[in-house]
Amino acid sequence: MDHVFAARAQMGTSLAFHIVFAALGVGLPLLVGIAEGWWLRTHDRAYYDLARTWSKGMAILFAVGAVSGTILSFELGLLWPVFMKYAGGIIGLPFSLEGFAFFIEAIFIGLYLHGWDKLSPRMHWLTILPVVISGALSAGFITLANAWMQMPTGFRIVNGAVTDVQPLVAMFALPWKTEVAHTTLAAYVFTGFAAAAVCAFAWLHGDRRPVVLAGLRVAMIVGAIAIPLQIVVGDVVARFDAAHEPAKFATMEVLERTQRHAPITIGGFPTRDGGIVDPIELPGLLSVLVAFDPNAEVTGLDRIPSNDRPPVAVTHLSFDAMVGSGTALLLIAIAWTVAALRKRAGNRVLMLFVTLGAPLGLIALEGGWFVTEFGRQPWIARGLLRTADAVTTSPDLDARFFGFSLIYVALAATCWWLMRRVGRPGVAS
Amino acid sequence: MTLTPVMAAVAVAGIAMSLYAVLGGADFGGGVWDLLASGPRRAPQRAAISEAIGPVWEANHVWLIFAIVTSFTCFPAAFADVAVGLYAPLSFALVGIVLRGAAFVFRNYAGDATALARTLTVVFGAASLLAPFFLGDALGALATGQYAWTSPFALAVGVFAVTMCAQVAATFILREVHDLAVRTDFRIRAVRATIAVSVAGAIPIALAAATEPGLFAALQHPVAHAAIAVALAAGLAVIACVVTCRDLAARFAVAVEAVAVLGGWFGGQAPALVPGRYTFTSAASSDAMIVAFLVAAACGAVLLIPSLVLLFRVFKAPAR
Repeated sequence: MDHVFAARAQMGTSLAFHIVFAALGVGLPLLVGIAEGWWLRTHDRAYYDLARTWSKGMAILFAVGAVSGTILSFELGLLWPVFMKYAGGIIGLPFSLEGFAFFIEAIFIGLYLHGWDKLSPRMHWLTILPVVISGALSAGFITLANAWMQMPTGFRIVNGAVTDVQPLVAMFALPWKTEVAHTTLAAYVFTGFAAAAVCAFAWLHGDRRPVVLAGLRVAMIVGAIAIPLQIVVGDVVARFDAAHEPAKFATMEVLERTQRHAPITIGGFPTRDGGIVDPIELPGLLSVLVAFDPNAEVTGLDRIPSNDRPPVAVTHLSFDAMVGSGTALLLIAIAWTVAALRKRAGNRVLMLFVTLGAPLGLIALEGGWFVTEFGRQPWIARGLLRTADAVTTSPDLDARFFGFSLIYVALAATCWWLMRRVGRPGVAS
Repeated sequence: MTLTPVMAAVAVAGIAMSLYAVLGGADFGGGVWDLLASGPRRAPQRAAISEAIGPVWEANHVWLIFAIVTSFTCFPAAFADVAVGLYAPLSFALVGIVLRGAAFVFRNYAGDATALARTLTVVFGAASLLAPFFLGDALGALATGQYAWTSPFALAVGVFAVTMCAQVAATFILREVHDLAVRTDFRIRAVRATIAVSVAGAIPIALAAATEPGLFAALQHPVAHAAIAVALAAGLAVIACVVTCRDLAARFAVAVEAVAVLGGWFGGQAPALVPGRYTFTSAASSDAMIVAFLVAAACGAVLLIPSLVLLFRVFKAPAR
């Protein structure tokens, strides 16, 4: 494999793996906290059982998230030392704060998971709150670092050296608000629909215990609240990208030439050289989306120097996959809400669709991440440092990529097997 | 010596590394003892280790993350250089860290006496050896200034790190074991491990004298001499306290020993961070960054310290 490609493959695999567990690590404490809180209020035993069952899953998933996150903290240096040499002294602040947020998370998740018999019920419930808060904060802090990579700021380059570093300015790079909101909501969307899908799957297999119904209710409420918010925020993100990250925007929308009446381009097939053929085009809609005006001009790829363009096919198709899955999730949420309000949530067709929420949520999560990261290429920090120039000089990248990929396969397989086991009725921790 | 932002950052990094060496080291050592669990009380020995590590290992592990973040925020140039030069031992250590954490948690949910549980037990123990060995090896290689991670000296430091983790673990667990017989097992192990540490600690020094003249010269630094003296005294104190059942004092002594080794190490080679390549100052990021980091660390500590106290009070109350 090409040296840079091998490094990107390893980093990409690591991030795509970690983001699943990171999102669950942010979302599950909320679900568990709601379940246990509901039990404390109503004394409905089903919600206690639900909190116990989910917290076993949370223990396993959180551990995988912690170790896969550790891999990333090493890989920043092991794969991209040139980037870290530049960027460490500029965006260290959000990373440091993330460190503290992760600390609080790890401490209180220890208290929560091992404290069932050592703390009073109310105290025990209270220990999940810092996990919920610091989980969201740590996702937010890491996203701040990513926002900086999209639009680096807070420093000057004089004779090739970084000077005048302003850590607080660097910490809040321009895309920070939209990116943080979009990432955090993504965690709740994915966790809500994934947990609901597990319950719906059990329901379809004849498991109608109160704990399954309770799980469906809590998870779907979280998912159904998060997904419309996420779509609104996503729309804001797209308009931000159109205004401030034209290369990414033109790539995800496959807009070859700058134009008025710009069309929305949906789907299509990737070509050998990474382009798109035979998409569906909806004339004028992109201009409307960007500026609420069909006459508005939208910047196309022709204004981006050819060596600064992100890869088209993967960015565009990831974008469509995210938007398509997100829309499908919204429809599932609406269908479930209507059925639940009419007290008719228990029907097979609806449950089948709720089960689809897990793969759809995963596609939306990964698709969105791919858009951000592929859409930033060929830069590791846009305009500052190219990915190809940031890579390590150390050898054996192929072997390392395959080695760590094997670890991910082993982790995923064991995790899957254990999750199936702890979800079963009557399994003690 | 005045307190510059750089020196304060060195202090923060030193605190994080020391706490990881002691607390994270105890968890790795627990894995080593899990691997070596034997005799009629094999199962309760393992149960005691699981119980001691379970609630705290994730929090202890964050000290490593925090040390890494501190390094690349405050000393990015050295961080990048070390990550290139020591990619091999760091990758192996990473594999160990990942498999240890995952296998430990997975094992708790794999059921008793299943094939998966047995496999995970082996992985947990082996990974608990691998991680401190290669972290120690990386530290030894760093001290040579050549990143010579396959040198006898570096490898010997790796072995030393493993024995030290075992010693810290056996000493720390004494206060938490309920079963008297199991506690006595660990009491014997703590004494043996302390003797092993003193032997394993002498080997790198002898190897440095024979093969690493530059390094051996650094060991003649008064700070290094003082650190070795403190570590030796602390080791004797560990044995004395363990034998006389002063378990809290034993914990304190073993922590002093670990911190003396690390402190002597970096104090001895100061102001060099990577000998011959970077000093603390030449590797440092801007004062603005370091000051911002220190302020963030101070604010974080306000939340962190009471949380840690709560965690250890709930789970680390002495056994009766």
